[in-house]
Amino acid sequence: MVVELYLDLFSQPCRSVFIFAKKNNIPFEFKKVSLMDGEHFGDEFGKINKIRKVPALRDGDFCLAESVAIMLYLAEKFQTPDRWFPADLRLRSRVNEYLSWQHMAIRMHGSKMFWMRLMIPKIMGIDVPKEKMDGALEDLNASLTLIEENFLQDRPFIVGDQMSLADLVAIVEIMQPLGAGLDMFEGRPKLSAWRDRVQASIGKDLFDEAHQGILGAQDAMKQVDPSKLELFKPKILRLFF
Amino acid sequence: STMEIYLDLVSPPCRAVYLFAEALKIPYAFKKVELSAGQQYTEEFGKLSVVRKVPVLKDGSFVLTESTAILQYLVQKCSVADHWFPAELQQRARVDEYLSWQHLNLRSHCSKVFLLRTLYPFVMGSEAPKDKMDAAVEDMKQSLDLLEEKFLQDKPFIVGNKISVADVVAMVEIMQPLGAGVDALDGRPKLTAWRDRVKKELGVKLVDQAHEALLDSSGLQQKMQNNTELQKLKPMFLKYFR
Repeated sequence: MVVELYLDLFSQPCRSVFIFAKKNNIPFEFKKVSLMDGEHFGDEFGKINKIRKVPALRDGDFCLAESVAIMLYLAEKFQTPDRWFPADLRLRSRVNEYLSWQHMAIRMHGSKMFWMRLMIPKIMGIDVPKEKMDGALEDLNASLTLIEENFLQDRPFIVGDQMSLADLVAIVEIMQPLGAGLDMFEGRPKLSAWRDRVQASIGKDLFDEAHQGILGAQDAMKQVDPSKLELFKPKILRLFF
Repeated sequence: STMEIYLDLVSPPCRAVYLFAEALKIPYAFKKVELSAGQQYTEEFGKLSVVRKVPVLKDGSFVLTESTAILQYLVQKCSVADHWFPAELQQRARVDEYLSWQHLNLRSHCSKVFLLRTLYPFVMGSEAPKDKMDAAVEDMKQSLDLLEEKFLQDKPFIVGNKISVADVVAMVEIMQPLGAGVDALDGRPKLTAWRDRVKKELGVKLVDQAHEALLDSSGLQQKMQNNTELQKLKPMFLKYFR
C-alpha cells in the first residue's frame, strides 16, 4: 500500500513535503485537499488529521501531521541521502535549529504578508491598515536578515555545502509573499544567490511544478466568489485584528 | 571543557532543557540570563547569539540555539535511554510531530496568557483589556483540547507508556500561565494526571524548584519596573501587543 500525502500546494509546508517526496522518488498518492473549498474542515479529513491542517500523511493505519515530522518520517523510511538530515551531530543540530526557529519567524511572517496583501482584502472587502502592513513587512524583513546573517552567513546552504531540509523549508516560505506580488528576494543578492542554488539543487521543473499554484494565486483569487471564503473570516478576525 | 547552557527559568523552553539535563545528570555549567533585566539585549549576549533568545548551549566553540535542537543534541551526545527520543520510526514521528506543532500552538498560546498579565502592564501602562485576555485564554483552551484529544488520548504519555522529550516540552508550557495566576489545567483531570506523571518521572522536587522563579511574579514585576535598560526596550514589545 502506497503512502498517501494530503496536500494543497497553496500551502508552504505542503510544497516542501511534495518537493521532498518527488525529489527522492518516493512513491506516493497525491490526495488534494482544497483549502479554498474548506475541505480541511470535512469529516473525512478530520479522520486523517484532527488538527485539520495540511500536509498530512497516511501510511496504512499510521496518520501523521506536521511537515517536518512527515519529511523526517519519509527520510528515515525511504533512507534518503544523508545530506537532507545529516547523521553528524553538529550538522544535524544545525538543521534542527533552523527547523525549530522558522515556525515563529519566517513561517509566521511570510504567511502574514500573503494574507494581508491578498486574502484579507478579498475575503473582508477591506484593505489592511497601512500601519499593520508596515509592521508585518518589518517583521518579515527582520526574519530574512536573520536568515542571511545567522543561518546562511557565508555558506552556500544553511548547513554545509549541500541542500538539506532546512533550505527546503526556508525556500517555500520565502516564495509565499510572491503569491501576493511581493518579491522578498529583491534587493537581497545573497538570498537571491542562495535561492538560485536551491532551485538548481531541486531541479527547475520540480520547483516550478510545486510553485505554479501559488504564483498564480492573484489570478486565481480574481475568479473566486468572496462569499465562498466566509469560513475564513473568524480566523482572520482572531489572527489579524 | 564543560558544556555551558544559558538559561532563565522564567522561560518555558529553558525549563525544558534544564529539567532534562538535571534529571539525566548531564554535566553542564548553568549560566544565568536575566530576561526581566533585558540581559539578552546586551552586547555580550549578542556575541554569543545574534538571535538574542534563550536557551543557548555552548559546547566548546559550538553554539546552538532552540530548545528542541538542544534537547536532541543532548540526547544524541549523551546516549540517553531510548524512550526519551525513540529510535522506532512511528514513535519517533510522534515526538517530531508534537515538537513541531507546539511552537505556534500550545507554546504560543500559553505564553500569550502569561505575557498579557506580566509584560502588558509594563509596556502599555495598564492592565490588558478583558477581551484580549479572553481571546488568549480561548486560544489556549483549543490547544489544550488538542493536547488532550490528539496527542495524549488515553496514553500515559504522548508517545505511549514512557516519557519522552515531547512530554517535558509540553509540561513546561502548560505551567507558564500559572505565572499569571491562571491554572490552565483547572477542570482538566486527564491533563492534571498526565502532568503529575511527568513531574514524577523528572523528580517532583526538581520540577517544583525549576518553577519557583515563574511563580514569583511579583518579584518579576519589581525587577522590570526597576530596570532602566528594559524601559528603553518598550517600543519593541509594543508590537507584540498592538
